[in-house]
Amino acid sequence: MQKLADFKLPQFFNYPPYFTLQPVRDTREKQIQLWKELILDYCKSQKTFLICVEEDFPLFSNSAIDRSLSHEAKETFLSAIVGEGRAEWLDKGHRKCLILWHRIQDWADIILQFVRDNGLEDSVMTVEEIRSGTESLGTELQGIDRTILMRALKLLENKGKLALFKGTSADDEGVKFSV
Amino acid sequence: MASGSSIGVGGVFVNAEVTTSGRPVLRLNEVECFLLSSVDFDSEDDPPRFTALKSGNLILTTHRLIWIPSQSNVAVPSSIPLAAVTHIFSHKKSIKSMFHSPRIRFQTDPGSIVVTIVFRGKGDFDGFLTKFWECWRGRAWEEEDKSESETSRSGGSGTVAQGLYGNDGTVRMVGLAGILRKEQEQWESTDKSLQDAFQDLNALMSKAKEMVSLAEKMRQKLLSAPSSQNSSTDDEEMGSKEEMQQWMLSVGIISPVTKESAGALYHQELSRQLADFVRIPLEQAGGMISLTDMYYHFNRARGTELISPDDLWKACTLWEKFDVPVMLRKFDSGVMVIQNKSHSDEEVMSRIRMLVTKTETLRAGVTASDAALTLKIAPAMAKEHLLTAETKGLLCRDMSPDGLRFYFNLFPEIDLTNLHIVKDFGTYGEWVKATSILSV
Repeated sequence: MQKLADFKLPQFFNYPPYFTLQPVRDTREKQIQLWKELILDYCKSQKTFLICVEEDFPLFSNSAIDRSLSHEAKETFLSAIVGEGRAEWLDKGHRKCLILWHRIQDWADIILQFVRDNGLEDSVMTVEEIRSGTESLGTELQGIDRTILMRALKLLENKGKLALFKGTSADDEGVKFSV
Repeated sequence: MASGSSIGVGGVFVNAEVTTSGRPVLRLNEVECFLLSSVDFDSEDDPPRFTALKSGNLILTTHRLIWIPSQSNVAVPSSIPLAAVTHIFSHKKSIKSMFHSPRIRFQTDPGSIVVTIVFRGKGDFDGFLTKFWECWRGRAWEEEDKSESETSRSGGSGTVAQGLYGNDGTVRMVGLAGILRKEQEQWESTDKSLQDAFQDLNALMSKAKEMVSLAEKMRQKLLSAPSSQNSSTDDEEMGSKEEMQQWMLSVGIISPVTKESAGALYHQELSRQLADFVRIPLEQAGGMISLTDMYYHFNRARGTELISPDDLWKACTLWEKFDVPVMLRKFDSGVMVIQNKSHSDEEVMSRIRMLVTKTETLRAGVTASDAALTLKIAPAMAKEHLLTAETKGLLCRDMSPDGLRFYFNLFPEIDLTNLHIVKDFGTYGEWVKATSILSV
């Protein structure tokens, strides 16, 4: 079975009907579920946080069988993921989709774990350091999408686990943990 | 010059009486018909048979040709009785005649003298010619001869009546009033002949009435006839009754049995006939045939007495009232087919399943035409079957620039919890094997 980058594709990726939005309800339901799983798995492995519907997304076409998803199909599958809370549309025109292969809650937990693992319970860090600092190297937090990170931090702030403060510029936005 | 009596040899002309103001004195019943000026009377013989009359007014009456000179000192008013005319030569228009004054030639007795009238004026020559013929043919003088012999007994022979009323008291056809009266008479005679013509139409109408009442009688007879379902009438009688029914329908007579009841006798018989006929084409078509195909087959078999699509459809809808082994079925797409009652959906599904689970079709899927070839049915039918199979979940579709194809539906067999698992049993595994032959 072929690969997309280092991601192993399932067998049914070569099944032509997989790329045609099915009209029969039961069949379509199954198809939607399969695409949802595949998209989330792929994004997680590639650390893809954003899908732009109008741009080429490697998962949405298969040159081996010469098939690709129609715009309608893409929208249908992504909307299904949004409906389950695993993605969000960033615009009303449904052109950009934020993929939450970890839910925000999951990210919050990951951050807390990260803080504990690195003994940062009472320390201060910049937001940028969380995503690209030396401590985050090799962890899931490395390269995390800023929007998602901020959301997770705000969630933790509401729980009183940290405090966010603004610095002189965006890069200086900081966090004071009180885990 | 010569005065009074007839001019020239042979007595062609007769002196004509004129009034003091130069108007001709007309005889009893004589009516003026035409007036032209600048007319000559010539003799074209050599030597001329009579002295020509030059430049005068020509008055055509029902009895005479009267010529009145424009200059009275040259000649005297003359006339030629129409009774003396033996022949009018036909007027041939030629290129030569276009440049000359129009002329008429006629022959007159005694002596068979040919007279030529030359029209130098601008009058209606063709109109005159027509009237000349009319008056000459009209032979008004003959009637006058009869009545003259009557009036001569009562006295006053030959006296010309000047007033409106003639000697015997009848209204004279004289002058303008005469012309008007003549018109009136013509209208009346036309009216009469029209009435006669309408008499014929009335006769036709009364015949038509008879025809309609005859048809009504037939209709009553058919109505009272026993229904085809119960009685054991022989074929011949049914055949002739059907013929009668068809004939009546063809002349536009509404069928005796209303739509609310069992349907027209015609449709019932047609329905049975169709059910019998349908058997063989159905078999050939693999158990299902579209209504349009059947329309073609049936009419071709009938040859001359073709049935309309509407009749065919009605006949099929009547099948549910009879116990026939065929039925009419309508698909969601609107396509209507005739199918064997025994020809169930399950049977078709199993045939399709067998088709799509073959290695080749697992890998490549099927189009409607592929299915039509393999299942030996019409492509439109095949498509309907494939769509039905898709709705039932047996197949799923693949839409591409190459067209629409159908595959065995593998979706149910794919595990959501582990996308990479392929079970050993099941068609999914078969499919993987089928595709791995060619995969990169």
